[in-house]
Amino acid sequence: MAGLLDAVDLAARRGGRVVFAGLSFAAQPGDALLLLGPNGAGKSTLLRLLAGLLRPAAGHVAWEGEDAASDPAAHGARTRYLGHQDAIKPALSPEEDLRFWSRLRGGDPAAALEAVGLSPLAALPCRTLSAGQRRRLALARLTLGDAPLWLLDEPTLGLDSASVERLGGLLAAHRARGGIVLAATHLPLPMPGARELRL
Amino acid sequence: MIAVFLRELRLALRHPAEALAAVLFFVIVCALFPFGVGPSPEALARLAPGALVTAALLAALLPLDRLFAAEAEDGSLDLLLTAGLPPAGLAFAKAAAHWAVTGLPLLLAAPVAAALLALPVEGWGVAVLALGLASAILSLLGTLGAALTLGARRGGVLLPLLVLPLAVPVVIFAAGAIEAGAGGGEPRPFLLLLAAFLAAALPLAPLAAGAALREG
Repeated sequence: MAGLLDAVDLAARRGGRVVFAGLSFAAQPGDALLLLGPNGAGKSTLLRLLAGLLRPAAGHVAWEGEDAASDPAAHGARTRYLGHQDAIKPALSPEEDLRFWSRLRGGDPAAALEAVGLSPLAALPCRTLSAGQRRRLALARLTLGDAPLWLLDEPTLGLDSASVERLGGLLAAHRARGGIVLAATHLPLPMPGARELRL
Repeated sequence: MIAVFLRELRLALRHPAEALAAVLFFVIVCALFPFGVGPSPEALARLAPGALVTAALLAALLPLDRLFAAEAEDGSLDLLLTAGLPPAGLAFAKAAAHWAVTGLPLLLAAPVAAALLALPVEGWGVAVLALGLASAILSLLGTLGAALTLGARRGGVLLPLLVLPLAVPVVIFAAGAIEAGAGGGEPRPFLLLLAAFLAAALPLAPLAAGAALREG
């Protein structure tokens, strides 16, 4: 069945080794998919494939039935990718960081800071933030500009329980708007009704 | 694209040491020549055009290996590449920022370096112009080199090996212009050739760098 997002017969190779092959799934608006599997099963690789950062060894990713690789810029604009790293410059403050990304992607930096509870720290340089606070800043970028596809790699890494709950709220609001979430995680995520995809 | 450029400038202003290091390197290399060649103004002035251009290009190379490597290490590059910005636009913004942060300060320091090398004062104006064009070309070629060597294990060593041969015409024409300017000749043809090189590199280097980033 065709969905908003379709992965068709995807295969990935890393260093000559086949990580996975023949992987197909579809996601409808509001869907949440939990990627599960042992270390090295290809969860991060799959997320990078879907983000357009890697090219699949076989198969393709389609959005509304059209190959996402045919227009990388459009696919990038509808995608928010959260990697292992937080992509934070120590010299910039959270507010400056979000203002930069909001210029590329739209959205309101102040509201994004508010959504992850970082408003009181908005003007401090990021080098003074803790690991969990950095992760929250990286999560705040997801909310900029209402992109329909969220690809999250271990989103709760380093978060305290209050922040995990807040992330749950963000994910629920995103899905209620018709967004799709794909998350790779080893920790329980507050995503009720998420389907599981085992690699 | 402008947002990326402004972010680069902001980051450079927060860490002025990196841009200053390139300028000081340029001035110090030029200051070494009188020690090696002897203080006779004739001998120095003979060397000055080539030495100025070479020292400026080497100084501009210094920060290049971190241009994309720093972004790749902290994960920013992934986000920039999925931000809906064409990779060539990203490369162009990076090249422009590299020139503004490294090339422009070199131009400000050029009269000091020219004085150290006993270049006749008549040649200083042409020297600044020629170095401005040469450093802009190097920023573009260097961005291409940085994109190509991204992820290579010894990228920092590979980068000059890749970029400097491409910069040979730049050295020839820029040094020719300065020599003509200082010796009362006509620097215009040399400067025009440099400008032509820049006009070709301006669209081509970012396109190639963008393709390299997408593959990387």
